[in-house]
Parts: sequence; C-alpha cells; structure tokens
Amino acid sequence: MTNKIKAAIIGPGNIGIDLMYKLMNRKYIELDMVVGIIPESEGLKLARENGFKTSHEGIDAILANEEIKIVFDATGARPHLLHAPLLKENNKIAIDLTPAAVGPYVVPVVNLEEHLKSPNVNLVTCGGQATIPIVAAINKVADVKYAEIVATISSKSAGPGTRQNIDEFTQTTARGLVEVGGADKGKAIIILNPAEPPIMMRDTIYTRVANPDEKEITRAVLEMVEKVKQYVPGYQLKVPPIIEGDKVTVMLEIEGAGHYLPKYAGNLDIMTAAAAAAGEKIAQSLLEAKEGN
Amino acid sequence: MGRKIRIIDTTLRDGMHAVSHQFSPEDMAEIAKSLDEAGVDTIEIGHGDGLGGSSFQYGFSAYSDEDYVTAVSKVLKNAKLDVLLLPGIGTKKELEAASKYGAKVARVATHVTEADVGEQHIKLAKDLGMEAVGFLMMSHMADVKTIVEQAMLFASYGADTIYVTDSAGALTPQGVFERIKAVKEATGLPIGHHAHNNLGLAVANTLAAIEAGAEVVDATCKGLGAGAGNTQIEVLVAVLHKLGYETGIDLYKIMDVADDVVVPKMKRPIVIDKNSLTIGYAGVYGSFLLHALRAAEKFGVDARDILFEMGQRRTVGGQEDMIVDVAYELSKNR
Repeated sequence: MTNKIKAAIIGPGNIGIDLMYKLMNRKYIELDMVVGIIPESEGLKLARENGFKTSHEGIDAILANEEIKIVFDATGARPHLLHAPLLKENNKIAIDLTPAAVGPYVVPVVNLEEHLKSPNVNLVTCGGQATIPIVAAINKVADVKYAEIVATISSKSAGPGTRQNIDEFTQTTARGLVEVGGADKGKAIIILNPAEPPIMMRDTIYTRVANPDEKEITRAVLEMVEKVKQYVPGYQLKVPPIIEGDKVTVMLEIEGAGHYLPKYAGNLDIMTAAAAAAGEKIAQSLLEAKEGN
Repeated sequence: MGRKIRIIDTTLRDGMHAVSHQFSPEDMAEIAKSLDEAGVDTIEIGHGDGLGGSSFQYGFSAYSDEDYVTAVSKVLKNAKLDVLLLPGIGTKKELEAASKYGAKVARVATHVTEADVGEQHIKLAKDLGMEAVGFLMMSHMADVKTIVEQAMLFASYGADTIYVTDSAGALTPQGVFERIKAVKEATGLPIGHHAHNNLGLAVANTLAAIEAGAEVVDATCKGLGAGAGNTQIEVLVAVLHKLGYETGIDLYKIMDVADDVVVPKMKRPIVIDKNSLTIGYAGVYGSFLLHALRAAEKFGVDARDILFEMGQRRTVGGQEDMIVDVAYELSKNR
C-alpha cells in the first residue's frame, strides 16, 4: 500500500533537518520535499542526500504540488504569517513550529484530537511541549489553580531567534499552561546555562492544586511521563512528584534522540518529536476520512 | 575633593532575599525615604529576583511589583528609583509598568555569558526614557576576554552603564580589579560593581573596583542581601570619605538609617556563617542560601554539600529548582 499522506518541510535549518530524520519510515506520513531559500545550504544538501526532493524557491515549490497535504513550517514567526494564508488557500494543513501561533496551540498527547481538522496547528514552545502534559495530567485529577514552569536549557541550544525574543518564550508558554494545560493561571521562566559540556534540558513544574490527593497525582504524572516517552524517548522524571500541602513539584530531564541535533538539545528534540507525532496523527485521520468516503 | 562615586542602594531589592521577599510597601517607603534624605543617589527596589520574580521558584513576594514601585516613587524627592529585570524571568511588559509607576533606572541582568538575551530590554528602557544598565552576573565564572565581549554587546544595545557583578561573592580584589579595568578600557562607559560579602571581601572588592575605574557601586544598609549580604553602605561611605572620595551621602544619617530604620525590619542578622561562606568558596549564586537550608532540612543532608554540588554542576543564577534535585540525589546516594 503506497497509501501515505505526502508532506513537506519549509526551513531546512537545525530544526527542519532534525524533523526530516524523524519523518523517515512513518506509517501514515511520507516526507516528499524540503524547501529553503538558499540553494547551497547544508540542510538542502542533506535532504537531497537522503533522497528527498528539494527546492530553494521557498513555499512556491510546495504550493505548486497538489499531492502535498501537510506542511511543517520550521522558519520563523514572520515568514509563517506569510505562509499560513497561502497554505490554507491551497488546502494544505500547516504544522507550525514557529512562535507565530496562527492556529490553536497543540500538545499532541493532550489536545491534538480536538484539532485534527484545524487547517493550522501551533506547537507552543519547547518548554510548553515538555511541561504542559504534566500540568494537564495534574489538572485532570487535582484541578490546577496556578502552574509555573522553569525551563533550563544549555546556552548552545538557544538560537538567535529565542535569544532576541526571550519574552515570547515566557509569555507563549504561560498561555499554553492555561489554554492547553488547564491551569487557571500560568507563569514561565527560562534560564540559559553555558556550562561545558552542555547540560540536558531540565524542566521543573510547580502547581498549586485544589485537591492535593497525593496518590492520584503521582499516578497521573507517572502515566503521563510514559505517554510522552512514546514519542520523546529521552523524557524522564528526575525526582518523584513532591506534594507539600497544595503545592506539587515535578522535575524532568529531557535528553534528545540525537537524530541530527546533539543529545543535550532535548528542548529542540521535543519540538521536532511533537511535530512528527502531530503530523503522523493528522495524516492517519486524513487517510481514515478518505476511506470513509 | 576626590572623585565622585555614585552609590546605588539595593537594600530594598537584594535585601529582599534576606527577608524572603516579605517587605511591605510601607516598609519600603519608610526605608527609601530615609535613604533619600541621607543623600543616596539611586535606590533599587522590588523582589530579590527583579520584576516578575515573585514565584514558587524564588519565593512569592508579599506585594506586587506595582505596589512597591508606586509606594516608593511617591516618597522620593531626589533619589532615582531603580528596578532590576532578569530576562527569562521578567518581561518588557513588566518594565513598561514599572516605568509608568515611576522607575527611572532599569538594570537588565543576564548571566555573564548571555548578554544578548537583554538586547530588547535595554532598548525598551532607552525608548521609555530610562537610564539603562547592562548588569553581567556571576562574573567570577568567565575570563576577562569573555566579560569584555559581553560588555561590548550591552554597550552596542545602548546601555548607559555596565555592571560587572560578583553575584556569588566569590572574587578576590585582584579578580575584581582586572575585570573592571578591562571593561572600562574597552567600553569607555561608566562601570559599576556589585559585591557580596561571602568571603568577607565586599568592602575591599568595592574599593578595588573603584581603584580600577568604577564610578558606580552597590551597597546596602547593614549589608542586607543574599548570602552573607552585600557591601555595607554605612561602612563603605565611611571608608570612601576617609580616602577622600565624594559620595553625596551624610555619614551620620546613613548610619541612622541602617541601625534605626532597617535593623528593626530584619528577620535575621547578616553574617558570614558556614553556609554563606560555602557560597563564596564554591562560587554559587547568593540567593541559593535559604533555599539550600530548606532543602537540607527536608532531605536530611548538609546544606554545604548541596551548595558545593551546585558549584560542581556550574549552575547559574536562577537555578533554585536544581537545589531540590541535588538534595534528593545526595540523600539517595548516602
């Protein structure tokens, strides 16, 4: 059965190329093309070497191809604002890895089901992908009044985009804690650590809950960690959930899969892993809709 | 008359660490008013971790940034009101609000190797008509060349003043001297120093900074601050006056502020004990102190072991959550 949904990646940078490796050998989605704007870029060269079509004409090369149904945008917020309406007009579903947030925030393990038919989904931030599942899990059993997360990443894994707009990270992540995680209020903190060798991504999630049922909270957190592990194998609990009064503390460490990005860049890995997981699920739903007809 | 040294009092910001961020706006207004009357040039206020610092991670402050800034700006006649912002914790939105409620100086603090996360905040401060200070924290963790590069970044964003900060109280006078001198020569801007007293060197290091060319230095009443506290302002004023420097501060009055206004509001004395000394020796962020003491009690380990391990792992300012992680591991490996 060659019956797979064809997809493309815009933006052959670190994120785009790591995603390319993650989209190989999938059941429902098939990467067809990687596009950029610099003909001699390292990313496009790697894409060609791995047998994918490439173009340096940006999004136009994708719009011309009717077979492509899902497009991952790994460029930046500004380009995505231009790409989003074009993709929609051409009936292509956008999975947005930039901070543009044209479509609803999606964390695959929490709320993808609700947005399977959305023409555009946004992946929040790396800190959001790492921490929102835990907040959502705790909220389900204990009603989260306030969620605060601290993401510590290695300096080397924070690119110029993140650095020049660090407020965007904290504000977007805080919104995601509320909109997707279900907290009444959210706050996010990010810390860059320049230590060598680079540190793994660490995330601490603090919540204040209405029903501090220790057993239920611990069970919910452990279950959620297992679920996220299915698409991010390096996702692990550092310290068992600590419950003190109505405060719950959960500490995670995220090791990257090391597909293209180094293993310490768990923050980038969790974004590409979430994108690939979302793409696969959306492709499956498109195929099922087709069969249903 | 000797050279004029500008002193920024941080009793109401760094000192907040020592009272777990529990000063009330009335406490702040009273202390700030008397500092102003004593002739202090600039007064920094707010949560110990700056705007937006109130959190589980660093401790919740008793009141909001807005409450503090509003209360203090109302009572100041001559002194400039200053706020601290750590990008990644506070945001431009909070800086705009602080400016609206009367803050005139913005100090944008980043780890010593990460000045570029502060570009937008420095530029915003300038757009708001504020004085902008680039504040390089944990400067003991970087060599002189790196510090100069990072200072030049802050200068390129439009910072009016550059601070080379010893957040861990880990430097000795020679280390301060060479850092300040190099940054002064490279940028040509006014240079500042912020010291901690974990090794008993806060006044000595502040003097070394001034001798190396610093024009601005931080100090607090009774040394109230994170770890073993900061440079003690009343002591520093006495020393500087003895050496012939001009500070604009009345020595008797600042002594009175420290002993009669601040002391009654302190929760614990500021001393160099085994734990704050360990902070300076291990080179870790000063505000880890109370967090390490709590974790030590919870997990039944020695706070010094936690602090040393935090140093081994090359943690930076703001990583208070790691303390729990380290204490847990130490308790398991026993």
